[in-house]
Amino acid sequence: MIELKNISKSFGDRKILNNINGVFQKGKPNLIIGASGTGKSVLLKCIVEIATPDEGSVFYDHRNFTEGDKDLKVEIRREIGMLFQGGALFDSKNVEENVKFPLDLLAKMPRDEKYDRVNLCLNRVGLQNANKKMPSELSGGMKKRVGIARAIVNSPKYLFCDEPNSGLDPQTSILIDELIRDITYDYDTTTVVVTHDMNSVMGIGENIMFLYKGLKLWEGNKDEIVNSGVKELDDFVFANKVMMAMRNK
Amino acid sequence: MKDFGKYFIFLGNLFVNRESFRTYYRLTIEECVLIGINSIMLFALVSTFMGAVTTVQTAFNLIAPYIPRYVISQVVREMAVLELAPTIMAIIYAGKVGSSMAGNLGTMRITEQIDALEVMGINSTSYLVLPKIIASLLMYPLLVILSIVCALAGGYIVAFFASYITPTDYIYGLRYAFNPFTITFALTKSLVFAFIVSSISSFRGYYTEGGALEVGQSSTQAVTTSVIVILIADYLLAQLMLAA
Ligand SMILES: Nc1ncnc2c1ncn2[C@@H]1O[C@H](COP(=O)(O)OP(=O)(O)OP(=O)(O)O)[C@@H](O)[C@H]1O
Ligand SMILES: [Mg+2]
Repeated sequence: MIELKNISKSFGDRKILNNINGVFQKGKPNLIIGASGTGKSVLLKCIVEIATPDEGSVFYDHRNFTEGDKDLKVEIRREIGMLFQGGALFDSKNVEENVKFPLDLLAKMPRDEKYDRVNLCLNRVGLQNANKKMPSELSGGMKKRVGIARAIVNSPKYLFCDEPNSGLDPQTSILIDELIRDITYDYDTTTVVVTHDMNSVMGIGENIMFLYKGLKLWEGNKDEIVNSGVKELDDFVFANKVMMAMRNK
Repeated sequence: MKDFGKYFIFLGNLFVNRESFRTYYRLTIEECVLIGINSIMLFALVSTFMGAVTTVQTAFNLIAPYIPRYVISQVVREMAVLELAPTIMAIIYAGKVGSSMAGNLGTMRITEQIDALEVMGINSTSYLVLPKIIASLLMYPLLVILSIVCALAGGYIVAFFASYITPTDYIYGLRYAFNPFTITFALTKSLVFAFIVSSISSFRGYYTEGGALEVGQSSTQAVTTSVIVILIADYLLAQLMLAA
């Protein structure tokens, strides 16, 4: 479980996040949704502290991460798996080495076991024959899938995904969503997914946080989202024709 | 000035390391190959020509009949050891190695690779930069020695074909009144310059913000800043170590 308490963040004099509170539950996919540029990625970065929040704290299972000492930070970070919006693969390493990288850090596993684990994860994201490819040889969607494999290879307790299925075809998108959901259930991870894809929301949205211009305007689950009564959220949700048709029924 | 403070904090961060010695060892070897092996050809080529040109020009300036011929190669030796190999090559080193270090780190920054390392609980400063600095400190002095040898060899080639100095005179001059301290001085300079280039370039690259355009700017800045600092340090070192 991850708790956010009064997170605020500005860049210069632009306030990007304004007093965000919330709880991301264990064993469920938690979604952060909102239009492009509302600060979703920034929020995610504040949670893992790649960007330091100006105010507020983040608690990982009641451990105060923001005010914790260096050892606690490293301890918690080694329990985190993260997929970046652009994949963030190490471009000097091939696919296999990229995925193996987090395993090498902990290094308590025999070599063969590491490779088995890498192949298992690559299989799960549907990349069987790409082990020796370099990131520059991959398509955007493939990079993303390698990024997911790298994020889950360590069986993290906390999994963060920044737009896991943007740039993927609808079919792969669904596969990725299901993969994230399965991993979350199987390993009981606290999963946080940033997305603006309504298909994902309706597919895996069990706990949804809606951001609008740096404010949290609404939270709930996928059944409640169509009747939220929040105008900005309705605009976001029903921009999609299929969703519109669903409402009119 | 704000950069100045940030630079020292950055250097301090290098030593807060988390990873095993083996990891650093492996990374340092990789960097050594990247920095050292890939620069050998360039350094050899540039130094040989510099040595040759210096010989021709010195000869041109010392045509008075009462000056012994071997003085030419003596001058070439002093030039090569004291200034050409450690300092001029440092500027070339900044252009080749420094800019690539900054470009490499800058790209890692803007594509969030540095963030990815941080999220995994790695101290990205020491993980990425320390091996570069150590490799630079190991390789650059070797490159300077190579450069001295090549410059003197370049002069020898000239002596071989020229009419104004014979190879025998040339060799005699090289050995005439040789002060080993000049080599100590050259190596001290090379260590200082190696540190300047690698740390400043890494610093510039590491704090890149923005996109591909800014990566290019960081590379350019890395070279300009390094060169300026090298020249200042060169003057200070000469004052400190040579002015008695
Ligand atoms: N390092 C930074 N410096 C200054 N401004 C930033 C920085 N990072 C993000 N921003 C600004 O913060 C705002 C929110 O950015 P963010 O990346 O969180 O958007 P997002 O909600 O993830 O959008 P998208 O769905 O397009 O990814 C943007 O307006 C952006 O300009
Ligand atoms: Mg984003």
